[in-house]
Amino acid sequence: MQKRVVFRHRWLPYLLLAPQIAVTLIFFIWPAYQALETSFFLEDVFGFNRTFVWFENFTALFSDGSYLRSFWTTLIFGLSVTLLSMSTALALAVAANRVLRGKMSYRTFLIWPYAVAPALAGVLWFFMMNPSLGIVAYMLESTFGVDWNHYVNGRQALLMVIVAAAWKQISYNFLFFLAGLQSMPKSLIEAAAIDGASPARRFWTICFPLLSPTTFFLLVVNLVYAFFDTFAIIHATTSGGPADATAILVYKVYSTGFVGQDYGSSAAQSVILMALVIAMTVVQFRFVERKVQY
Amino acid sequence: MKKHLLATVATLAVSAAAGQAQDRTEIQFWHAMGGQLGERTDAFATTFNEQQDSCTVNSVYQGDYTETMTAAIAAFRAGEQPNIVQVFEVGTATMMAAEGAIYPVHQLMEDQGLAFDESSYIPAVISYYSDTDGNMLSLPYNSSTPVMWVNVTLFEENDIEIPTTWDETIDAARALKAAGVASPLGFGWQSWTMIENFSAWHDLEIGTLENGFAGTGTELKINNPAVVGHIDRIQTMAEEGLFTYGGRRGDSRPQFVNGEAAMWINSSAYFGGFEADIQDFEFTQVPMPIDTSVRAEPQNSIIGGATLWALQGHEDAEFACTAQFLDFLSGTEQQADWAQATGYVPITNAAAELMDERGFFADNPGTDVAINQLSLNEPTSNSRGLRFGNFVQIRDVINEELEAVWAGDKTAQEALDAAVTRGNALLRRFEATNS
Repeated sequence: MQKRVVFRHRWLPYLLLAPQIAVTLIFFIWPAYQALETSFFLEDVFGFNRTFVWFENFTALFSDGSYLRSFWTTLIFGLSVTLLSMSTALALAVAANRVLRGKMSYRTFLIWPYAVAPALAGVLWFFMMNPSLGIVAYMLESTFGVDWNHYVNGRQALLMVIVAAAWKQISYNFLFFLAGLQSMPKSLIEAAAIDGASPARRFWTICFPLLSPTTFFLLVVNLVYAFFDTFAIIHATTSGGPADATAILVYKVYSTGFVGQDYGSSAAQSVILMALVIAMTVVQFRFVERKVQY
Repeated sequence: MKKHLLATVATLAVSAAAGQAQDRTEIQFWHAMGGQLGERTDAFATTFNEQQDSCTVNSVYQGDYTETMTAAIAAFRAGEQPNIVQVFEVGTATMMAAEGAIYPVHQLMEDQGLAFDESSYIPAVISYYSDTDGNMLSLPYNSSTPVMWVNVTLFEENDIEIPTTWDETIDAARALKAAGVASPLGFGWQSWTMIENFSAWHDLEIGTLENGFAGTGTELKINNPAVVGHIDRIQTMAEEGLFTYGGRRGDSRPQFVNGEAAMWINSSAYFGGFEADIQDFEFTQVPMPIDTSVRAEPQNSIIGGATLWALQGHEDAEFACTAQFLDFLSGTEQQADWAQATGYVPITNAAAELMDERGFFADNPGTDVAINQLSLNEPTSNSRGLRFGNFVQIRDVINEELEAVWAGDKTAQEALDAAVTRGNALLRRFEATNS
């Protein structure tokens, strides 16, 4: 029997909720509203003149070829980062879960990269991949004969930021996958082993489905990460170039707003980005989550 | 109130430390000079603070040029603006348009009864930073100009003449390539060096209405045959392996330092850093090459760098300190010391003379190239500089389009046409918000 607890005082629940509501209002709803409002204005940088321009900021964006290309870049970038970082993390977690000796040190090392600040990660990759200075660029050239120059080659540049962004997120995913694997009942796996199921089969038919809540959670988090938090890596390595090969939407928001100080257009871009991520999350929860077995 | 209290506490702390009874007025100076340049800039503030006892200047590094400007603007909108902010040359149009936010330096000096002789600056500086009435609204601080950095050792070892024209540059690059130099030519800040300065150097119009000086209705003209021909030439050099693109801003610097490139066109202000970083070979600066099919003799190059802007919304005592500090910074001694240490050009005639007297130019061959380029001829309306709104963004547009050329995705003509179209759209947005 479940007993329903009711607050005796009418205002107490609201009072208890107030801090959380205040935080949400001040740090989420208010800025979001400000972005929405600014997106309808054309204003000078110091804020002396402000003209209401209806949807001009939006129509200007959609008639700009490079902005439209940015959608594709973002899509390719987001999906690749998510897939790459999640699959690598899963593989590492499965491996680390089997290690018997020196467990802790393996895990610690695998979690380490998460402590690296995104901007620092960017600088790190910048140095490793620099066509003149970088050790990786040098090895690519000498071992595989690959002429690495991400300053000229857009595909190489995109590949570089994908790998850098994925690398940064592997630790985080690893942590969750490992926890998921460890909470799995051993008896299930042992029973399957006794029935003669191979390790690969055991993984795909038992572990992977059981991990699905974790996988789903990570999918949402990683996509949001790829769409928003990867800005610093791109800023530190390619600045969106060459041409606009690595200019993902969030980077464009930054460069329009902070470099170009065109607040109207920048706000319009962040509104579009906001709508996109909301739509994506809704889709995930409505359709993908149905396949999740809790 | 809180600000006032803080100021009082800080003032008390300072006077207690210095053992002085007098109240000092505190002013904020935001700059964008990192590393060694930042230490030098902070040192100016320290010296100034020691020299007198009515003002304290707080010199604060705020990040790169873009970050500093953005921070100052955001601070202004929040009513917390610094007294002085350093703004790079391409932000000049934006600052000038913000009449309610800035305190024109010539006006400030006049109001505070301090002498400000605008004619003491070199012509290239005056022409770049003066408004249409011929007044300087900000105080020039650091100015440089693109030069061609040359790896003298590589040239001498292979017995090659240092080029003065673009035809000779191609020949020299071929000879260097044959001698094993990976990618003989390089450059940085490509919009500034290859488009803006190439145009000024050959007396070509960058935009209508005197490169934007005469109004915000200006339109870009950089898709003219001379510039297109130049970009095309560099792309041809790239295909031949004579040039490798090394990134935006100064990202290609390692090419020169490592000896991969023997000719590198970029700011004269790399002098200080090169002195510290290059030990393996001799280097010097020579004038940028000229395209003789466009013009027989070079016109003059244009500056890059930054000026100091005084911002409105402060008390009288703070304005007095601001004026005194700016007056101190424009002193001949300070200007000469700064230029000698960094490779920025001496921006006043007196500072150049002082450096000459000290024997700096004689001891460091090539260091006078930048100043000579700037004062080669009386600037024309094409070569005095440029004043385009949203120019920070336009430079990025130019970066993107040029990168499409280096990647072989677009021809020079296609890319520059696109840059003009996209750039003009940004100019129209600026016109709409500032007229």
